[in-house]
Amino acid sequence: GDRVFNSPLSEQGIVAFGIGLAVGGATAIAEIQFADYIFPAFDQITNEAAKFRYRSGNLFDCGKLTIRTPCGAVGHGALYHSQSPEAFFAHIPGIKVVIPRGPYQAKGLLLSCIRDPNPCVFFEPKILYRGAIEEVPTKDYTLPLSQAEVVQEGNDVTLVGWGTQVHVLLEVAKIAQEKLGMSCEVIDLRTILPWDSDTICKSVVKTGRLLVAHEATHTMGFAAEIAATVQSECFLNLESPIERVCGYDTPFPHVFEPFYIPDQWKCLEGIKKLVNY
Amino acid sequence: MAAKLGGALRTLRYLTTRPVSCRLIGTSPSVRCVHEDRPQFPGSKSKFTYKLSFLDPDEEAGIPVYRVMNSEGEMTEKSEDPKIDKTTVLKMYRDMTLLNSMDKILYESQRQGRISFYMTNFGEEATHIGSASALHPEDMVFGQYREAGVLMWRGFTLDQFINQCYGNTEDVGKGRQMPVHYGSQDLHFVTISSPLATQMPQASGAAYAFKRAQNGKCVICYFGEGAASEGDAHAAFNFAATLDCPVIFFCRNNGYAISTPTSDQYRGDGIASRGSGYGMLTIRVDGNDVFAVHNVTKEAREICVSHNRPVLIEAMTYRIGHHSTSDDSSMYRKKGEVVKFDTNNPIGRLRSYMVKQGWWNDDQENEWKEESKKMVMESFAKAEKRKKPNPTELFKDVYEEIPPHLQKQMDSLKEHLSKNEDKYPTQNYEAWSEH
Repeated sequence: GDRVFNSPLSEQGIVAFGIGLAVGGATAIAEIQFADYIFPAFDQITNEAAKFRYRSGNLFDCGKLTIRTPCGAVGHGALYHSQSPEAFFAHIPGIKVVIPRGPYQAKGLLLSCIRDPNPCVFFEPKILYRGAIEEVPTKDYTLPLSQAEVVQEGNDVTLVGWGTQVHVLLEVAKIAQEKLGMSCEVIDLRTILPWDSDTICKSVVKTGRLLVAHEATHTMGFAAEIAATVQSECFLNLESPIERVCGYDTPFPHVFEPFYIPDQWKCLEGIKKLVNY
Repeated sequence: MAAKLGGALRTLRYLTTRPVSCRLIGTSPSVRCVHEDRPQFPGSKSKFTYKLSFLDPDEEAGIPVYRVMNSEGEMTEKSEDPKIDKTTVLKMYRDMTLLNSMDKILYESQRQGRISFYMTNFGEEATHIGSASALHPEDMVFGQYREAGVLMWRGFTLDQFINQCYGNTEDVGKGRQMPVHYGSQDLHFVTISSPLATQMPQASGAAYAFKRAQNGKCVICYFGEGAASEGDAHAAFNFAATLDCPVIFFCRNNGYAISTPTSDQYRGDGIASRGSGYGMLTIRVDGNDVFAVHNVTKEAREICVSHNRPVLIEAMTYRIGHHSTSDDSSMYRKKGEVVKFDTNNPIGRLRSYMVKQGWWNDDQENEWKEESKKMVMESFAKAEKRKKPNPTELFKDVYEEIPPHLQKQMDSLKEHLSKNEDKYPTQNYEAWSEH
């Protein structure tokens, strides 16, 4: 129909058209088939969507735009069907970046993005389309943006992640309890930009130990931003240096995926380092 | 006579000093100059018109489709018959059908969970074989992902194809990419990447390098009608045309970009109608007629290398199979449509031609079917047994050398594996080795 439709194959076109729709007064939800293919649209997102309100002195904005796109490892996606590009977008003032960890979160967060008066990029971890099964209310509900969620409380170590990684961290927390007798607080960041540093810092003040994990590459991954902020705000509360467990600084490989991802065993090693420091 | 010459000289001097253009008329020795008001803009210099009318694309008939052989395998235009010898035609047929066999088996293997992903070439084999057979073996190929027949023509072996799909120790790509992302330095086929149309402006650049090197080679760039909507396609065409690059842009218009039909992809007359907009020589061809594809590619190559200018070929064809193993095309097209287009498939058409020539019969067909299937299964069985490459390949080739931070990460994985060996499928991989 004219509400949900195919477009010609052009990511720069899809996003720009979406910006235009929003400026023209319509709610626009632009879909990029895989986050790996979002880069032709990066100019429109960073130079146009993000700066629309600011550069016009608030005369114009494209807040009615939401971009949604599947991201993350899926077991066999390799270089171009596995990427987690949230760090590139976290570097753009003017947009919001949101990542759900399951169906219930997805609905509430997506509706918030759509209704939020700022352009939003919504990354959907594709492995969770089939991998996560939950009860989702049919009624309308939203979940707040820029609010991290403490998914599991704990006292000894703070574990921070988003998307698929939250499930890995919950698994690690279980193993840490069983094998190390450590109780871990697991936090789902949910919104990458603007991010909720208060919740993270509050937890670190309690535990004194922080591990951040993400599939995206180590260097300049979003864990770097979190680590920089936390060491600045909570320096004297830290019992050990902040641990980052991330993808290696390589393109996402195909057959080597089992060695590449920041799985529960690498996260467990990270917790041991925090605790034994 | 002198007076007439003087008159001509005066006219010539007049022409060089006045800004308006002059049309010289008359063939007699006395040359007259009629002042014609012509547009003097830097962007375009054609003619003025005093009639207000818009160019209406719907009024133009579509660019015609060049064809040589009809659906029954008969040469419709004898003068266009390339008269390819029997040996070459048999190779064309065998390559198309071997590709077909390989596609069937590898598609099935994905369904069985043996390989992670696959894309078939059903229906488009003639676009590969027809074009590849008209090029020189060293012409550089930039493909999209549905051009395996080009590799097959050039000699990529079944082992090489299937090893890449398995990402095993024999994969020239070292296990890094999804299946069908082939590449071969020896066969001058640049390794495939998934993003669409990114190869197109690269092809323009490579062609420019060849021009400067004066090596007599051209570049061919394959892409689909969907990829032609990408911004990179525009850059590719415009750069190639303005910088005089010897590149053949070969569009496989197969009717679909996954589920997006051409009616949603463009409103004009396909991709061919865009060519002259960029200043490129353009032709549209029946992509299911292997001889027609061969003829146009051969001619296009000649134009490229002789005149250093790009050529656009739009090969009309139909994607018989699904987009990939991740697609179920029955969700967006009727089975009847596929069946209808399959009756015009390029393999059947070439076979009809061969039979009419007395070069092929049912017995040979059955024999070859069995043999090709057997060949594929043999390669398949070997590939499946091979291990994956040693895990240090994960860290190599990011740069030419391994930088210190990456070396540290490799060391940390080594240490991690030594403490957690039972948690990883290391038995399926070659042993860790940093050499």
